[in-house]
Amino acid sequence: MSRTVTKQRKMITTAAAWTIGLIIFFPIYWTILTSFKTEAQAINDPPLFFAFDWTLENYALVQERSDYMKFLWNSVIIAGGSTILGILVAIPAAWSMAFVPSKRTKDVLLWMLSTKMLPAVGVLYPISLIFVQFDLLDTRGGLVVVLMLINLPIIVWMLYTYFKEIPGEILEAARMDGATLKEEILYVLTPMAIPGIASTILLNFILAWNEAFWTLNLTAANAAPLTAFIASYSSPEGLFFAKLSAASTMAITPILILGWFSQKQLVRGLTFGAVK
Amino acid sequence: MATKASRSAARFMMAPAVVLLLGWMLVPLIMTLWFSFTKYLPLRGDSIDRGLDWVGFANYSRFLSSSSFWPSVQTTLVMVGGVLLITLVLGILLAILLDQPMWGQGVVRILVIAPFFVMPTVSALVWKNMLMDPVNGIFAHLWRFFGAEPVAWLQDASLSSIIMIVSWQWLPFATLILLTAIQSLDSEQLEAAEMDGAPVLKRFWFIVLPHLARAITIVVLIQTIFLLSIFAEIFVTTGGAFGTRTLTYLIFQRVIDSQNIGLGSAGGVYAIILANIVAIFLMRIVGKNLDA
Repeated sequence: MSRTVTKQRKMITTAAAWTIGLIIFFPIYWTILTSFKTEAQAINDPPLFFAFDWTLENYALVQERSDYMKFLWNSVIIAGGSTILGILVAIPAAWSMAFVPSKRTKDVLLWMLSTKMLPAVGVLYPISLIFVQFDLLDTRGGLVVVLMLINLPIIVWMLYTYFKEIPGEILEAARMDGATLKEEILYVLTPMAIPGIASTILLNFILAWNEAFWTLNLTAANAAPLTAFIASYSSPEGLFFAKLSAASTMAITPILILGWFSQKQLVRGLTFGAVK
Repeated sequence: MATKASRSAARFMMAPAVVLLLGWMLVPLIMTLWFSFTKYLPLRGDSIDRGLDWVGFANYSRFLSSSSFWPSVQTTLVMVGGVLLITLVLGILLAILLDQPMWGQGVVRILVIAPFFVMPTVSALVWKNMLMDPVNGIFAHLWRFFGAEPVAWLQDASLSSIIMIVSWQWLPFATLILLTAIQSLDSEQLEAAEMDGAPVLKRFWFIVLPHLARAITIVVLIQTIFLLSIFAEIFVTTGGAFGTRTLTYLIFQRVIDSQNIGLGSAGGVYAIILANIVAIFLMRIVGKNLDA
């Protein structure tokens, strides 16, 4: 039996929760709103909430200054490429750890997690040297590999926790029926694992999209993704709030939408299954 | 039952992931260790091809005795501690609030979770300019409205400002995990306590908080690992000035700005040790979960 809640109490809770929710969301709301103002309106005192002339000119100006599509494309390639590559490497590994566990499986999993704890700044110079050596600096390919390696432990872990929940009997039955290992993975396991794989892809795409250490330090003009697109607005320059807002809105909108779909997986993925 | 054949196949399938991660871990780590024991100033002509001079532990002691080392450790601790405290306290309160019956719970959840998906460079720049700008920021407008003098946030209260920005980014994560944990709390136990006349605070302290212990530990450990390497938020706001130079940022400056690779690498080794101390605790908890 659930507690009976008075209507009054529910109203108070609703009001409080909505107020806090709106305060937390305010910076994002304000950024999106400002992106439709002129530069003068953007700094108007008192701040303008509704009564202003909506304009799209900031988006045009931002696009003129740096080719948004190029950065967007780089972000898509880098985040998408690293995620897909990571998934391809991780599926067999997670499969074998979930269904053919050995004594060492747990240690391997924990060791993989431990590579995630290596502070990036500690190995920045060696990585840049390797990048220079192999002509990878400012290439999308180089970043795809680095971000894949960074997120690989999370991908393996997430897939592992999803695969663990698939009953092993089904796989055995398939094996009895004479399915080869390849068939077993392709036709039995994969269809059942698709929801888990999809959420893993989603979360890791978001993490790779927002990664802002390697993407800032290993790119210049050619391979720079949206994190760098925005960083170019970090030095103040006359009136630029509206343009900054437009650029920010362009950089976060795609991922904000994906993010809302993935909130449940977020908990599971980032706590390595320790909180469900 | 796993057959012998499937076992060797399993090992074969794990190989790519293991080999890649092993390489990713060992190659740069060994290079960093090597550099940390050498004099390596690329701008003065030092290079690997010409051979680096071995200097023993000189870089390590120099990094420790540099006047910026202890302040940077202190800044790191204050920042990580501050963000943890804010996100945990607010996260617990918010999780309890969001667990109550209300109208439009789904929408509120979406509003609260949103900051987590904003890329660090964007949230830092939006806060720096749109909110914290001493002349045109929203806070300045608000302060003036109440007749107060606007604050130059990122200069006069730089560290607190960055703590505020980073807390805003991580509050959703803490809230979401704590909310997930609270939702698994047995409501009958709470009701029984309520019937027995236990006041709200007592119920919170003796029932809710112990139930959240595991989730809280997880939040602390995972956030600590991410917070120790906070970079973009400092890079685009203060650039390490005004007392916001963390250990990570100090190492970054040694390596990139002053191009002192040996010294920076020694600092990197310190940072790796620090992160590993935290990591050991995290692994214990996650490892226990694997047995269950």
